[in-house]
Amino acid sequence: MKKQSWASRIGLIVTYLILVLMVVVTLFPILWIIGASFNPGTSLFSSSMIPEKATVKHYVWLFTSPDSHYFSWYGNTLKISLINASLSVLLTAGTAYAFSRYKFAGRKHGLITFLLLQMFPPTMAMVAFYVLLNMVNLLDTHLGLILIYAGTQIPFNTWLVKGYFDTIPRGLDEAAKLDGAGHNTVFFRIMLPLAKPIIAVVALFNFIMPMGDFLLPQIILTSPENQTLAVGLFGFINEQFGQNFTRFAAGSVLIALPIAAFFLFLQRYFVSGLAAGATKG
Amino acid sequence: MRTQTGSALSVSFIGEGGFTIVATDAKLTMQPERPSSFHRRRAALLSILVMGLGQIYNRQWWKGFSFLIAEIAFLIASFDFLNIGLWGIVTLGTEPFLDHSVLLLAQGIIAVILIIFGLGFYALNIRDAYRVGRMRDRGENPPTLRETYRMITDKGYPYLLVTPGLILLTFVVVFPILFTVAIAFTNYDLYHSPPAKLVDWVGFSNFVGMFQSPLWQNSFISVFSWTIVWTLVATTLQFALGLILAVLIHQKGVRFKKFFRTVLILPWAVPSFVSILVFSGMFDDNFGPVNTMLQNIGVGEIPWMTDPMWTRVALLLVQIWLGFPFSLALCAGVLQGISSDLYEAAEMDGATAFQKFRRITLPLVLYATAPVLITQYAFNFNNLNVIYLFNQGKPAVPGQSAGGTDILITWVYKLTFDTHKYNYAAAVTLIMSLVLMLVSLYQFRKTRAFQEEDLIQ
Repeated sequence: MKKQSWASRIGLIVTYLILVLMVVVTLFPILWIIGASFNPGTSLFSSSMIPEKATVKHYVWLFTSPDSHYFSWYGNTLKISLINASLSVLLTAGTAYAFSRYKFAGRKHGLITFLLLQMFPPTMAMVAFYVLLNMVNLLDTHLGLILIYAGTQIPFNTWLVKGYFDTIPRGLDEAAKLDGAGHNTVFFRIMLPLAKPIIAVVALFNFIMPMGDFLLPQIILTSPENQTLAVGLFGFINEQFGQNFTRFAAGSVLIALPIAAFFLFLQRYFVSGLAAGATKG
Repeated sequence: MRTQTGSALSVSFIGEGGFTIVATDAKLTMQPERPSSFHRRRAALLSILVMGLGQIYNRQWWKGFSFLIAEIAFLIASFDFLNIGLWGIVTLGTEPFLDHSVLLLAQGIIAVILIIFGLGFYALNIRDAYRVGRMRDRGENPPTLRETYRMITDKGYPYLLVTPGLILLTFVVVFPILFTVAIAFTNYDLYHSPPAKLVDWVGFSNFVGMFQSPLWQNSFISVFSWTIVWTLVATTLQFALGLILAVLIHQKGVRFKKFFRTVLILPWAVPSFVSILVFSGMFDDNFGPVNTMLQNIGVGEIPWMTDPMWTRVALLLVQIWLGFPFSLALCAGVLQGISSDLYEAAEMDGATAFQKFRRITLPLVLYATAPVLITQYAFNFNNLNVIYLFNQGKPAVPGQSAGGTDILITWVYKLTFDTHKYNYAAAVTLIMSLVLMLVSLYQFRKTRAFQEEDLIQ
C-alpha cells in the first residue's frame, strides 16, 4: 500500500511538471506579443518581452493618428462578426433541427454530403466567390462577405448542432406535440432553449471567424475603409516586415483580449456543448 | 371554389363544355363514371404542358394561377440570363474584349443551377397535379387553399427549415465546386486571361500536361508526400497532446483543475493568424527569441527558416500549439461523461494506470470523437493559414515549382494568385479533393455515427 502511494505521488509530481511546462509554452508567445506591443521601437527584433522603456504610443497611434483606420476596421469587424453569428445560428439551428427530428427527402445522404462538401479546399473557391459577388453586385460590400461566411459554415456546424439535438430526449418534443404545440412552438420555445450550450458554441465560432480571416476579405473588400481588422493588421507587417511589428502587436492584443475574455466566459459551454454535439453527431 | 353548397355533389368542368354531375360523397357509394385514372392523367399532362394548368384543371385556382404566374415571371426575368449563360458555357465567348470567358462560364453554371431548380419545381408541380387528380379519381375533394397551407406548414415543415440554408449552400458552396471543376478543363491561365484573351475548353490536357512535365512531376510528388506526412503527424500529435493533458488534469489528485484548463485553452482563443505571425517572428534564424534561447543553453542556432527540414519541424510545433486546445476541450468533455464505475472495477482487478488508459479511456475517447478527429485530419490537409503565413511555403527548393514546405493547398494558392495558373490550380484541387473525400468517406462509414442513423420515428 505504501509503495502504491509513493508511485502515485511521483506520478502526481510528473503530472504537475508536465502541466506547468505546458502552461509556460502556452503563455510564452502570448506574453511575448503583449511585451512587444509596449516596446518603444517598431522592429520585431529590437523588442523584448519586458521592455525597459515601456510605452503605449502604439496604442495611442492606432486610435488617434489620422493615418490609422483601426477604428473603422474594428467597427466593420464587429458588425460583420455580429451579423454573421446571428445569421449562422438561425440557418444552422433550423437545418440541424430538421436533420435531427424530421424525415424528409434527401435527409439520409444530406448529412454525409455536408461532411464531404466541407472538405473541398477553399482556395479556388476564392476566385469563384469573386466572380459570383461580381455578378450580383455585392463586391466590396460587407453583405457579400457575410453571405459567404454564413453559407460556408453550414455543413460543419449543422453537424455539431444536429448531434446536440440528438441528445435531447425525444419524449420532450413528442409530449409537447401531444399537448397541441405546433412545429414552431416546439422548435423555438422548447428545443432552441434546451440547445443553448451548442448554440453558444456556434455563435462564438462564427463571431470569431471573421476576426481571424484575412484571405477572403482581402479579395472581396477592395476599399480601405471597408477592410476588416485581420486584413488591416496583416498589412502592417506584410508590407515591410519588422517595420511595423510593434504596431501590429498592439493591434493584435486589442482583438485577442476581448475574444479571449469572451471565450473564457463561455468556457463552461464548451465542455458540455461541444462534447455532446461533436461526439454524438 | 365549389359551385354547389352541399357536400355530396360537385360540378366539374370537363372537356368540350359539358357539365357532368359527379358524386363525391362516400355515403352514396357511387363509382365515378370515368375510368379511375382519368383525372390524375389529365391533370398531370396539363401540368407538363404549362405549369399550373393541371392545378387549374383540378380547380385549385389560387395554386394554379400562382404557379402559372411564377413560371411566366421566371421565364421573362431570366430568359436572357439563361440564354446567354447556356451559350456562354458552351462557347466560352467568341470575341475577345467583348466576351469575358470566365464570367460567361460562371453565368452558365448559375444558369444550369437555376434550370435544375426550375425543373425540380416543375416536377413537383406535375406530381402535385397528379396527386390531386388521383384524389379526385377516388372521389375526394381537392384540398382547399387553407388545407394546402396547413399541409405546407405541417408536412412541409422540415423543408421550410432546410430551404434557406440549402439555397445559400447551393450558391456559396456548390457553385464554387462546379466552377473549379469547370476551370480544370479549360486553359485559363496568365496567357489566356480575359477580357483580352478568350478561354477555351481543353478536355483533360491539364491533367495530362501536369503529369508529363518533369518540373511538375517532381513538385507534385514531393508536395503530395509532405502533405500526407504533415496531415498525419500534425493532427495525430495535436490530438494526442490534447488527450494526454485532458487525462492528466482529469486525474483524481490534481488540484487547480480549472486554472490549468483555462490557461491551456488560451491558444484557441487567440486569432490564429496573429499567433502564426508571432511564431514566424519567434523562429527567426538570426534574431528570434527561440534561437537566442537555444544559444543561451548551448545548443546553438538552428536554421528554422532556411532549412526545409527544420522549417517542417517548426511548422509541426506551431500547429500542435495551435491545435491541442481544441482536442483538450473535446476530450475533457468526453472524460467527464465516462462513468467512474469502469475505473473502479478495473482497479479492483489490479489494473495499472497505463492499463486503465489503454483499455478504457483511449477506446472510449476515440470511439466518441472519431467523426471530429477525421474532420481534424481533413482540416490540416487543407491548412493554408499555418504554412502560408509562417514562411510562405519557403525555403525554395531548386528543380521544382513548389517551396520546401508547401502542402498541396498552399501550392494551389500560389498557382492561383501568384502565377495565375488557374487551370492547373483547379486540376490539383480536383485531384486532392477526390483523394480527401474518398478517404474520409471510407473512414466515416466505419464510425458508428452512420450506423446509428435513423433512430428517427
